[in-house]
Amino acid sequence: MSEKEIKNPGTERSRSLEEIFEQRIARDEKIEPKDWMPEKYRKTHIRQISQHAHSEIVGMLPEGNWITRAPSLRRKVALLAKVQDEAGHGLYLYSACETLGISRDELYEQLHTGKAKYSSIFNYPTVTWADMGAIGWLVDGAAIINQVPLCSTSYGPYARAMVRVCKEESFHQRQGFEIMMKLANGSPEQKEMAQDALNRWWWPSLMMLGPTDAESVHTEQSMKWKLKRKTNDELRQQFIDQTVPQADLIGLTIPDPDLKWNDETGHYDFGEIDWDEFWQVVKGHGPCNKERLSARVNAWKNGEWVRDAAMAYAKKQEDKKLKKAI
Amino acid sequence: MKNENIIQYIYGIADNALILGQRLSELCGHGPSLETDIALTNMALDLLGQTRSYYQYAAQLMADGKTEDDIAFLRIEREYKNVLLVEQPNKHFGYVITRQFFYDVFHLLLLQELQNSKDEILSAVAKKAIKEVSYHQRFSSDWVKRLGDGTKESHQKVQDAVDDLWKFTDELFHMTQDDMLAVESEIGVDISLLKEKYYQRINKVLEEATLTTPETKWFQKGGKQGIHSEHMGYLLSDLQYMQRTYPNMEW
Repeated sequence: MSEKEIKNPGTERSRSLEEIFEQRIARDEKIEPKDWMPEKYRKTHIRQISQHAHSEIVGMLPEGNWITRAPSLRRKVALLAKVQDEAGHGLYLYSACETLGISRDELYEQLHTGKAKYSSIFNYPTVTWADMGAIGWLVDGAAIINQVPLCSTSYGPYARAMVRVCKEESFHQRQGFEIMMKLANGSPEQKEMAQDALNRWWWPSLMMLGPTDAESVHTEQSMKWKLKRKTNDELRQQFIDQTVPQADLIGLTIPDPDLKWNDETGHYDFGEIDWDEFWQVVKGHGPCNKERLSARVNAWKNGEWVRDAAMAYAKKQEDKKLKKAI
Repeated sequence: MKNENIIQYIYGIADNALILGQRLSELCGHGPSLETDIALTNMALDLLGQTRSYYQYAAQLMADGKTEDDIAFLRIEREYKNVLLVEQPNKHFGYVITRQFFYDVFHLLLLQELQNSKDEILSAVAKKAIKEVSYHQRFSSDWVKRLGDGTKESHQKVQDAVDDLWKFTDELFHMTQDDMLAVESEIGVDISLLKEKYYQRINKVLEEATLTTPETKWFQKGGKQGIHSEHMGYLLSDLQYMQRTYPNMEW
């Protein structure tokens, strides 16, 4: 491919570039940062990877809310390590996103101004310790279902980051389930706390897998680029089928009177999701949207002088080295 | 040395790790950058891990069915023996780093001696912790230098923290009755002997950081006797919330 071809999109030849690109994806080849890619591919990936990174970072807040109050030393250490893993995921994902030609600072700017979205589930409050169990079990459980297919997505840096993320997420999910199991087998107060958490987190977890296929605007293109391998509705069904027996196992009740095994389809039928609530939260009017965003903005603003100091110090050290060399 | 005194001696070391770990864990998710957030959380994890080893040993010595969690969560404020320094609040990043630096330098000196303890468990815990705390000291010293010799604003902020927290450094070297007994039985460390080296190290870093060593001779004490600052009660109400609200349950 000549440079001319690359610099002249819209011509016959660039259309052929696009064809070659699509063929590479169809052959399951990985696209790497320096490879030619359509602008739409680049933009879509920036949007999705950054949204994912932001979700990790904002997702630290609801669980961070319970670190200082965790009920035992073992739980405190495990929760702290879990939230730290999320910071680590944010770090790899921001780095993967930066390979597409955008800086972490720009991505933060998009988050802080509300231009970029993050997973709506983190706009719900964590009101009891059992929420730490429910988030691990349900939210991380739904996240894994979303994310495992991404380990083989077409964009190389994203796929590789996801391999590591998924390993850790599945550990988190088991950890969350274990918290719930302990509560469900505990005192009546503990059992009630667990059931209450399941009641509050069940529906938002289902919503987390995205709007119904009919409403989902990005599905078709994303399937083509292997950014998505199953539709939202398929993923949701998979999550429900997988989670219901787990709830049964620990004696908790899924808060859906319409939930019923269907022999014909081989899946669970389930009740109507309150999509008005979903859109309300997505549009910024959930219980904690303002708090979450302002916590991120405050951390960033309050840290500015620290980051400035580190830059100034690094520059001084560099200048000193140069002087010595001269 | 009676078990009862060894237990008190352990609290004197472990409570510092618990309370500082608790303070650092308040910051998780709110750091000035992802990298510092992860690093501060790492230090919290190290400190809480050390706390667990010490308390598990203390619980074993008590031999009355008490666990590490009873020790961590169910004492009254007067029974916590941490120094005042570690309970000071996270006023801003300059305070967090200075508090850490003032503690790390002491902590490393302490552990380097404690590894020679005749008590095998204390010696083993110290050996493991030395690796962790060497990193803590490097991290906090580097940041004191960055902030001190960074911008005008950062210099002022970290100088304020140094000036405010300096008064808590002297308490680190106060010998309690249990310290003396532990030294006599060769299981503990004579911390009063660490003082000179401590201030040398501190002064060296402050100097490199272009910061001024405070001249005050007035110091605060009381933590080792369980007389804490007003901040401590609030810290404990978070720490103990679940265990106090739902007593006698497993989590």
